[in-house]
Amino acid sequence: MATEIIKLLKDKQAIILERWMENQLTPARVREDLISSDDLRADSVALITALVSNLKEKSLNDTDSADFNPITELLGSISFSRAKQGFSPRETGLFIVGLKEVLIAVIQEEVKDPRQLVDLSLKIHRLMDNLLIITFETYIKGREEVILAQTDEIAEISIPVIRVWDGILALPIIGTLDSARTQVIMEALLTEIVESSSDIAILDISGVPTVDSMVAQHLLKTVSATRLLGATCIISGIRPEIAQTIVHLGIDLSSIVTKSTMASALQHAFQLLRLEVYKRTPANASHVKPE
Amino acid sequence: MERIPILRMGQFLLVTIQIDLYDRLALDLAADLVKTASKTGARGILIDISAVDIVDSFMGRILSNIGAMAKLIAAETVVVGMQPAVAITLVELGLPLNGIHTALNVEKGMALLRSKIAGIAGETDPNND
Repeated sequence: MATEIIKLLKDKQAIILERWMENQLTPARVREDLISSDDLRADSVALITALVSNLKEKSLNDTDSADFNPITELLGSISFSRAKQGFSPRETGLFIVGLKEVLIAVIQEEVKDPRQLVDLSLKIHRLMDNLLIITFETYIKGREEVILAQTDEIAEISIPVIRVWDGILALPIIGTLDSARTQVIMEALLTEIVESSSDIAILDISGVPTVDSMVAQHLLKTVSATRLLGATCIISGIRPEIAQTIVHLGIDLSSIVTKSTMASALQHAFQLLRLEVYKRTPANASHVKPE
Repeated sequence: MERIPILRMGQFLLVTIQIDLYDRLALDLAADLVKTASKTGARGILIDISAVDIVDSFMGRILSNIGAMAKLIAAETVVVGMQPAVAITLVELGLPLNGIHTALNVEKGMALLRSKIAGIAGETDPNND
C-alpha cells in the first residue's frame, strides 16, 4: 500500500496532466495575455515529471529531504516568473490547487477502500499544501524583487541633469523630496557642475507636489553645496500654492534666487552670463542670435 | 616642518593644497597667509582645494577664518575647485562657508578676484549674495 501514491501517479501521469490542463484552461482561469497555453503546458509537464521522478514514499511529506530539491527549485522558478509576469497571487495559487483537485479526483476513482482513500488523500493534501507554501514564498520574493527594481528605476529616471546652455544646467525634480533623494540629486548635480564647469544650475520644483520645512531644508542644502563649488543655484517652478505654504511655514528662502517659471529662471541665468536672446526681424537681421 | 607654499602673483596670493591638511598645518597656513597678505599688500587670495578629498568641521572653520581675516586686511578670498563630496560634507556639517567666495576652477576664480578688486559689483559675480 505504501508505494501506491507514487505508482498511481506514474500510471496516471498522462490523465492527470490532461485533466489538470483542462482545469487550468477553463475560461475563468486562463490568462492568455500573460502566458501562452503552450508555455503553461510546458510548466505543467515539467512539474508533474519532477514530482513523479523525484518523489519517494518515505519523503513524501518531508519537504526538507533532498528528494524535494529539484521540485522546490522548479516550482520556485515557475512562481518567480509568474510574479514577474504579473499574475495575481490567486492565479499563482490556483496553479497548484488545480493539480491538487485533479489528484484527489483521480485517487477517488482508483481507490475503493474508504480507509485507504482517506489515508491517501490526507497524504496528497499535505504534499500539495507544502508545495503551495513554497509557491507563495517564492511568489512573494519575486514580487519584492519587482518592487525593488522599480524603486531603483524611479530613483534613476527622476534625476536627469540637463545642459540647457553652455554653462547652464537644469534639473527638473519630479516627485517628493526626501533626504535620500536629495542626496542623490545633490550628488548628480554637483558632479555634473564640475564635469561641465557650469556656472549656473536651475532647480525646477514644479514637479514637487508639496513643499514643507523638510523639503525647504533639503533645497537650501543643495543651494549651499552648489555655491560652495562656485556655481549659482536658481530655484524655479514655485507655484502660487507653494509660495503660500512657504510663507505660512515661515521658511526663509530670501538667500536664494527663486523664479516662478523655468523660462524666467533661464532669463535670469542669461543675464548673469551676460547673454541676450534676440528675435530676428528684418531691421536687425544682421544681429545673430548669441550661441 | 612641512609648510604649504604660498605663491605671489601680482596682487594675488595663490595656494594649492595638495596634501591632506592636518590641524597644525591648516593653522600654520592660515597664519602664514594673513602674514604674507599684509606684508605684500595682496588684494586677493586664491585657495585651490581641488586635490582635497576629505574635510572636517575644523578645516571648514579654518577656511572661514582665512576669509574673515583676509577681509580685515582688505583682501578677498576665493576657494576654487571644491570636490562635490567635500561640498556635500560641508553642507551636512552645517558649514556653508558664507564668508568666502567660491569658483569652479582657477581661471574663474582669478576672474572673480579681478572683478572684485576692480570694484565691479553685481552681475559679473554669480556668488554675490
